[in-house]
Amino acid sequence: MNRLQLLGRWTAERMTVFVAGVVLVYMFLPIFFVGLMSFNDPTSRLAYEFQGFTWDNWRDPCSPVGMCDSLVSSLQIAFLATIGATILGTLVAFALIRHRFRGRAPTSLLIFLPMATPEVVMGSSLLALFSSAGLAGNLGFWSILVAHIMFCLSFVVVTVKARLAGLDFRYEQAAMDLYANEWQTFWRVTFPLVFPGILAAALLSFSLSFDDYIITNFNHGNTITFPMFVWGSAQRGIPPQVNVVGTTMFLIALLLVLSTGLLQRRRSR
Amino acid sequence: MSVADVGETLEGRTGKPPRKRARRSGWSTGYLLLLPGLLWLLVFFVAPTIQLAATSLYDSAGSLEAGYAMTWSFGNYLDALSTYREQFVRSLLYATTATGLALLLGYPLAYAIAFKAGRFKNLMLMLVIAPFFTSFLVRTLAWKSILADNGAVVETLKSVGILAPDGRLLATSVAVITGLTYNFLPFMVLPLYASLEKIDPRLLEAGKDLYANGFTAFRKITVPLSMPGVVAGTLLTFIPAAGDYINSELLGTPRQYMIGNVIDNTFLVQLNYPIAAACSVVLMVVVVVMVLLYVRRAGTEDLV
Repeated sequence: MNRLQLLGRWTAERMTVFVAGVVLVYMFLPIFFVGLMSFNDPTSRLAYEFQGFTWDNWRDPCSPVGMCDSLVSSLQIAFLATIGATILGTLVAFALIRHRFRGRAPTSLLIFLPMATPEVVMGSSLLALFSSAGLAGNLGFWSILVAHIMFCLSFVVVTVKARLAGLDFRYEQAAMDLYANEWQTFWRVTFPLVFPGILAAALLSFSLSFDDYIITNFNHGNTITFPMFVWGSAQRGIPPQVNVVGTTMFLIALLLVLSTGLLQRRRSR
Repeated sequence: MSVADVGETLEGRTGKPPRKRARRSGWSTGYLLLLPGLLWLLVFFVAPTIQLAATSLYDSAGSLEAGYAMTWSFGNYLDALSTYREQFVRSLLYATTATGLALLLGYPLAYAIAFKAGRFKNLMLMLVIAPFFTSFLVRTLAWKSILADNGAVVETLKSVGILAPDGRLLATSVAVITGLTYNFLPFMVLPLYASLEKIDPRLLEAGKDLYANGFTAFRKITVPLSMPGVVAGTLLTFIPAAGDYINSELLGTPRQYMIGNVIDNTFLVQLNYPIAAACSVVLMVVVVVMVLLYVRRAGTEDLV
C-alpha cells in the first residue's frame, strides 16, 4: 500500500467519526439551547434570544398560569395510557408469538397500520367519529386517553414481540421438565425474561403519550396538556419556565437511561 | 431497557412467527389474548378511519350545527386537491428532502456507533435516544432561538457569504426542513444502527481478502446488508414528516404551510369537516401507497 492510499484511508476512517460527531452536535444543539433558555431573563414575551441570566425561572417554575396544571394532566394521561397500552399490547404480542389463530395476516396489518398513518390523519378521523357520535361537546381527558392508548398500542406490540421472538424456548421447557406447572413457568421464567421488553415498551409509550401534540389537539375538548400549553403560548410568547420543564425532563430521562445502563452492566458482570 | 431493543423495534424486524412453538394449551387462548387489543384498534382506529372516509363524502354545504347530509360528494376531493394542491406538493417535497437529509446524516452516525465507537457504543446510543425525552415542541421552539435573525448561525453564514446580508433563516423553507430533519433523525439512526450492528465483521474481512478495497467492501457488503435498516428508517422518517405541521407552523410562515396545517385549520378553525376529511384521506392514501410501493421495491417484507 503506498503512502497516498494510506493517507486516503486514514482520512476516510476519521471522516466517518468526524461527520458522526457533527451530527451528534446537530442533535444536541436544541437541547443545549433549551437548557440555556431556561436561565433566560427576557425583556419581552416574544423574545427568542438570550437576554440575561437569572435563577428565577428555576426558583419558581410554576409561575406561568396554567403551565403546571397542564403538566399534571399530561403526566396523568401518559401514566394511564402507558398502563393501558402496555397491558393490551403485551397480550397481543404473546398471542402473535405463542399461539395459533386464524387471521394472522390481517391482524399484523391492523397492528402495522397505525404506525404507517400520519398522526394528523388519526387525530382527524377520531374527531370525525366522536362528532358523528354526538360526543363533540364532551371531549376531554377520556378522549385523549383513548386516543393515546390507541397509538401507543402498536409500538408496544412490536417492542414486546421483538423480545419474545428472541427468547430461547428451552428455558421454559427446562422449567416444565423440572415439574413447574404452566403458571409457575410463566411467572418465574417467561415473564422475567420478557420484562425488559415490556419495560422498554412502557417507557416508549410514556414518552409518545407525554409528547403528543397533533392527535391530542383534535380531541382535547377543554383539557390542556403540556404540549397544548406550549403550543398555545408559542403564539403569545413562550415563558422561559417551559424550558425549565424541558431541561428537567431531559435530565430525568438521562438519569434513568444511565442508571439502567449501569444496572445492566453490573448484572452482566 | 436496552437500547438495542429500541433499535430492533424501530427496525421492525422481529423475527419470523415461530409456528412450531405454538403452545398446545388450547387455541382459544390466542383469541382471548388478542381480543382486547384488537377490539381497541377496531373501535378507535378502524371505525374512525371509516367515519373519516364517510365524512369526506358528506355534502360540504352542511355545517357542524345543522348536521351533514351524506350525498356521496366525490367533488369534495376535487375541491380539496385543487384548493390545496400547493400544500400537498410541498408536504411531499419537504418530507422527501428531510428524509434524504436524515439518511445522509444518520448513516455516518449509525455507522460510527456500530463500528467505531468501541466502549462508547452504549453511551452514544443513549445520546441518540435522549432527545426523545425532551418535549418535541420545546425542542422545535429551541430552533427558533438557534436560527434567530441575529443569532450566531445567521451571523456566521452571512460573514461567509452563504447568506445575503439581509437574508434570514427563520420563516423560510430551510428552517422548516432543518426542523423536520432534526425531529425525525433518531427514527432514522436507530433502525440503521440495528441493521449495521448485525453485520458479521468476518464478511468484511473476507471481502478484503478477495482484494476489495475499503470503499468496494462498503459498497458491496455493508450497504446491501444495511438495506432493511435503510428501508425502516426512511419509512419511520417519511411518514411522520409528511403529516407534520408543527415545524411549518413554528419555524415557517403560511407560505411554508404543509397539508397538516390545512387539515388542522379546516377541521378546527373553519369547521369544514367534509373538505378537511377529504384532505386527510388523500394524505393517508398517498402515504400508504408510497410506503407499499417503496417496501415492495426495496424488497423487504415482514415489516411487522
